[in-house]
Amino acid sequence: MNEPSSTELLRWIVLLPLFGAAINGIAGYVIQQRMGKRAISVLACAPVIIAFLLSVEVFWTLRSLPPEHRVLLDHMWTWLDVGGLHVDLAFLADPLSALMILIVTGVGGLIHIYSVGYMHDEPAYWRYFAFLNLFTFAMLTLVLGDNFLVMFIGWEGVGLCSYALIGFWYSEWANASAGSKAFIVNRIGDFGFVLGLFLLFWTLNEAGHPTVTFREVAEHAHLLEGKTFWGIGVATLVTLLFFVGATGKSAQIPLYVWLPDAMAGPTPVSALIHAATMVTAGVYMIGRLSALYDLAPLTLNVVAWIGAMTALFAATIALAQNDIKKVLAYSTVSQLGYMFMGMGAGAYTAGIFHLMTHAFFKACLFLGSGSVIHAMGGEQDMRKMGGLKQWMPQTYYTFLISTIAIAGIFPFAGFFSKDEILWKHFSSERGSGALWALGFIGAGMTAFYMFRLLFMTFYGENRSDHHTREHLHESPLVMTVPLMVLAFLATVGGLLGVPEALGGAHRIEQWLAPVWHAGEHAGGHEAHASFALEWLLMGASLSVAGLGILIAYLMYVRKSLSPDTFADAADGVPYRLVLNKYYVDEIYTAVFVNGTLLLSRLSAGFDRYVIDFIVDGSAAVTRGVSWFNGLFDLYIIDGMVNRVADLTMGLGTRFRQLQTGSINGYLYVVVVGVVVVIVARLM
Amino acid sequence: MTIGLNHYLIVSLLVFLLGLYCVLTRRNAIGILMGVELVLNSANINYLAFAHFGSANYDGQIFAIFVIMLAAAEAAIGLAIVLGIYQTFDTIDVEATETLRG
Repeated sequence: MNEPSSTELLRWIVLLPLFGAAINGIAGYVIQQRMGKRAISVLACAPVIIAFLLSVEVFWTLRSLPPEHRVLLDHMWTWLDVGGLHVDLAFLADPLSALMILIVTGVGGLIHIYSVGYMHDEPAYWRYFAFLNLFTFAMLTLVLGDNFLVMFIGWEGVGLCSYALIGFWYSEWANASAGSKAFIVNRIGDFGFVLGLFLLFWTLNEAGHPTVTFREVAEHAHLLEGKTFWGIGVATLVTLLFFVGATGKSAQIPLYVWLPDAMAGPTPVSALIHAATMVTAGVYMIGRLSALYDLAPLTLNVVAWIGAMTALFAATIALAQNDIKKVLAYSTVSQLGYMFMGMGAGAYTAGIFHLMTHAFFKACLFLGSGSVIHAMGGEQDMRKMGGLKQWMPQTYYTFLISTIAIAGIFPFAGFFSKDEILWKHFSSERGSGALWALGFIGAGMTAFYMFRLLFMTFYGENRSDHHTREHLHESPLVMTVPLMVLAFLATVGGLLGVPEALGGAHRIEQWLAPVWHAGEHAGGHEAHASFALEWLLMGASLSVAGLGILIAYLMYVRKSLSPDTFADAADGVPYRLVLNKYYVDEIYTAVFVNGTLLLSRLSAGFDRYVIDFIVDGSAAVTRGVSWFNGLFDLYIIDGMVNRVADLTMGLGTRFRQLQTGSINGYLYVVVVGVVVVIVARLM
Repeated sequence: MTIGLNHYLIVSLLVFLLGLYCVLTRRNAIGILMGVELVLNSANINYLAFAHFGSANYDGQIFAIFVIMLAAAEAAIGLAIVLGIYQTFDTIDVEATETLRG
């Protein structure tokens, strides 16, 4: 790899939102009181918008460099220099991270602006924007980090902000609980991430190159080859552990359960964090570590399969949901599955491409649903909506565009990105035909449930009560303009990745190619299967999407097909299973939550009966010993002392009697004594 | 029968014993002092006897005069003590002085 060019630009992209968060976090309450919400809005939106402009500058700077040299490094200072470990606080901009920061600041900026309108009536306005800015800071740190530790700061930071924003209205138990759930489940994933990092560093250290900097890891990744840990290849184990972190952050099986609950937070939060940015962190991470993943085909297989299963699994759940945000939540989980499918086939560009297009249309969908919910006075149940397109035309049109995009209809964005993923699985040797099939079915379902959502919400008769209908209104410009921008991007975004088969230059592939380690390991190079096959598959995708749309149309517009037929099929068992999300949350609660509680009760019991027994027992023994010692002291020691005194008394009493006071007596004794002495001498 | 040394010694012994008897058994303080005199005089007799029968010089007789002198001094002091006893106990019966008993 070549030496990167130096810059001081990147730090500002990261720091401006941090300053915004700091000001709003520390002084926000007072600022809002004295200067009103407008001041808060400016303080919050300005950093992100400026950061976006700086990101554009970074992008242009990279473009002006030749492809092999497109790396910018902003070195702030040396953070750790201990033993063999040298870590800097440094930010790296290469084509991948440049693309990511554009998405984060661009879509993030639009969402900030939208929030000005959506959160208008919220008293804790300043706290919302403080956390939103903090989140942006953390996400940018994650994406721009030049090494694992800086990335991890961001990684953890987005988890924290996610917790804070999901549980924004924490006075409701359910919201606070959802925030905790998100954080805890994320943490489980983070544990895997950290273990992976430890193992990676340890192995590199033993091989003589201790480092956690991405560029150096990529350079020395080959050192992992052939090494095993507890019988498993190090490369495989490390990448799997990192992927565990990704399943937590990016809501894949088995750690996706927090995302549907996360809909308890304000809708712009759902748009930003759970559609466009935080959940994409896992996908970005795999892209960043492509050098490692290229060495672990087994892990890539796992990634692809889990991605595909998640995509299909979540899509089935989305079919039956009645809450508009839940449908979008499961849709997000499903689309993330597609991204991982792409990464798992070694088609890193395809995965990132879908990440980008998904950010556009999913953010638009979420913000649109926010607009709907806003108009409906907080109602989220689609069964109470209907016919809203006459009251909310802008929201409707932008929503329509994004729905078409997510269904993967040509020439909207989703078509190109999703199709590329499916194509790579079908054609390249790192892909899998079976997974193509799963993705194919999922695409059909996606089209169906998204159009179901569209039709139930915007078409037909309005099913809400009189009071709500009175208040139906289109949202203000500050909310509809971001919707329009995003809808526009959802329309044209796909054009960045027009494949050769359709005569395009696949700009995004060209842009990102240098990142995937200079093509040395770049697999997935299909022996240029014919364009005809590719067109055939495109046609198939469009057909299955069209089928999904048609069924939704017949069910919810024409009403010629009844959804109840499907719901009641097989005794309604599949329907209830899907409606209740396969009871996964209940299973997790029973096994893990209650299991942990049981363990804690056992430990408490152990503590109370065994540990305390031992402690109290030893206290009792000590008391007994001391009692015994007391007796000993009392009877034996004191006894001896008393005996001595008694002895003295006794002797004294006896000897006293010699003192008769009688002179005659004394004299007599003297004489006797003399006689005794004389006699003794004579003997 | 010739009066020899032994006879004088026996006399001296008898006087000694009689004097000792007086000292030990008399209740009267002066009686005790008399006994003491007897003892001393017996010692005198002893000295004189040995001086007469045994030695060529007169050491014994001179010593006997010392003894008499000592006896006189000692009698004076003894009588002073008896006087003290009489002043304290209003009697010279030594059984009255058994106050320092254990």
